[in-house]
Order: sequence, then C-alpha cells, then structure tokens
Amino acid sequence: MAVEEKLIDIIADQLSVDKAKVVPGASFIDDLGADSLDLVELIMAMEEAFDIEIADEVAEKIVTVQDAIDHINKIS
Amino acid sequence: MSLQDKIALVTGGSRGIGRAVALRLAAMGALTIINYVSRPEAAQAVADEITQAGGRAEICPFNVADTAESEAAIKKILDAHGRLDILVNNAGITRDGLLMKMKEAQWDEVLATNLKGAFTCTKAVSRAMMKQRWGRIVNISSVIGFAGNAGQSNYAAAKAGLVGLTRSVARELAPRNITVNGVAPGYIVTDMTKDLSEEINDRIRAEIPLGVLGEAEDVAAAVAYLVSDEARYVTGQFIHVNGGMYMG
Repeated sequence: MAVEEKLIDIIADQLSVDKAKVVPGASFIDDLGADSLDLVELIMAMEEAFDIEIADEVAEKIVTVQDAIDHINKIS
Repeated sequence: MSLQDKIALVTGGSRGIGRAVALRLAAMGALTIINYVSRPEAAQAVADEITQAGGRAEICPFNVADTAESEAAIKKILDAHGRLDILVNNAGITRDGLLMKMKEAQWDEVLATNLKGAFTCTKAVSRAMMKQRWGRIVNISSVIGFAGNAGQSNYAAAKAGLVGLTRSVARELAPRNITVNGVAPGYIVTDMTKDLSEEINDRIRAEIPLGVLGEAEDVAAAVAYLVSDEARYVTGQFIHVNGGMYMG
C-alpha cells in the first residue's frame, strides 16, 4: 500500500531509525526514541508529504505508527 | 571565532545596529544576508562594503511585520542555500508618544515589527536549524524593555516581549543545539537616536556610568560572541550593552 510505504519512509527518515523497526505497533516515543520535538517535526513532515493539515488535538492522539497510518487513510 | 561556512540573516541590516552586526558577522566569515524594507541603496552599500573587504553578502527585501512576505523570503533563502545558521532579529521601529495620547496604530505597528516580526522569522528558520542540529538566534532588545521609558510604552512592551520570547524559544530549541539569546543595547548612536536634542543627550549621558553613548559596534561585538561556538553553553540570556545605565 503506497500510503503506508511513504509514511514508513517519512518516519524512518525523520526519526533516523531503521525502516524494519517502523512496524505498526511501534510507539514513536517508547519504541522509536522520539522526543516531543521529533513528534512535532514528524507531524509537519506528514502534513507536507500528504498535503494535509493535522490539528494539534488530533496530533496528540497519534502515538504509534498504526495511529499515523489510520489517520492518513481516514482523511485521504 | 570563525563563521566560515555559516549563513546569517540580519533583519533590518541596512543601517544602525543591524548594519554593524552584518559587517561583523561577514568579517567573521559568514555569508551574510542583509534584510531591509525601505532602503535598497543602504542595504546594497552594506553588501558592497562587505564584498570589497573580501566577505560574502546578499541583500533581501521583506517587511518582518508582514508574515506571508517574511515566510516567503526566508523560504527562498533556504531553497537557495539549503541552510540558515544564524538569525539576528534586529528590525525595529519607534512610534513614540505618551500613553494617554498614543494611538492604537502606534501600538500595533511597533508590536508588529519589533515583536511579532521576531516570532515570524524565528518560526520560519526553526525547522531548518532543527534539522541542522545547530543554530544561533539573537534578539536585539533594548534597555527600554528592561527599565521602561516615558513616551515609549509600545516600544518597551515589544522589547520586553522579546525577552519572554527569547527565553521560551531557548527552552524549546535547546534539545537541537540551537541557542537563543539577546542583546539589550542602551543608548547607541544611530539614526534612531541621532535626532534627540542636545539637552536630552546630556540628560542621557548623566545616567550612564561610563559617561558616553555607545556605538553600534559595541552591540555587534556582543552578538559576535553569542553566535560563536565559544558561546555554545549560553542560552536564554541577555547581554546588556549600555555603559552601566541599567544593571540587570
């Protein structure tokens, strides 16, 4: 699925982690070592890549890779 | 203190303190981008002075009070150079008047340029600096922002606002090795202060322990330190360059 692959690329690139680690259940903070600034940058990268706007209150609920995939699928 | 390979943007860099800062950063090796809004010939003169001395400079017009214009201009800089290492938020105006007579427009204009402009430019460069894991932001405040001044409630509020902005952004960006500091000049000889009467100048001098007005270069020297690698452990701070008239 194209969206999912693109998203995994963005996450791996933004958080400087191996793509193999970017599995659906992975938590950005607990499993992928992101801090709060990383999350902001990640959300902004997603907004740019998919040409969408992610409101702060929505962004707060995106804590795992699956959350991100679900959100992008839902709105695009 | 070398800034070789660094790119610096100085807002309001065509004259006064901004001009001195631009000359100084260029002399340290940075490619210095001189922002201006109303005087292209003055900005070009600063750029020429830099290139004649063997430095690198560009000029870049935008009004920091205009968010869209500023964002577009800074994006163009980032697209052209791929990075931006140093931002000096220097652009400032005065619209003096006693509070009781001050018009809303006087308040709004000063806040828009002196405070919101710094927010806009800082925001526009922050992502690039975060990616680089290196950045230096210096906000030019004023002794007026710390001590207050009759007839300048708008200017004082904006300059004090820069202190809160500086300290908050310093905390936010510290994890990415970006420092955010400020310089608070006292009475410096510039276009902004040159029209003061001799009587007022005498009164000002009487309040300055060192007894003289400052030069723009005195401020530039403080900026030069804050943007250097030597200042890597300094963030959220203000250097007061005021001859001792206010000791913060």
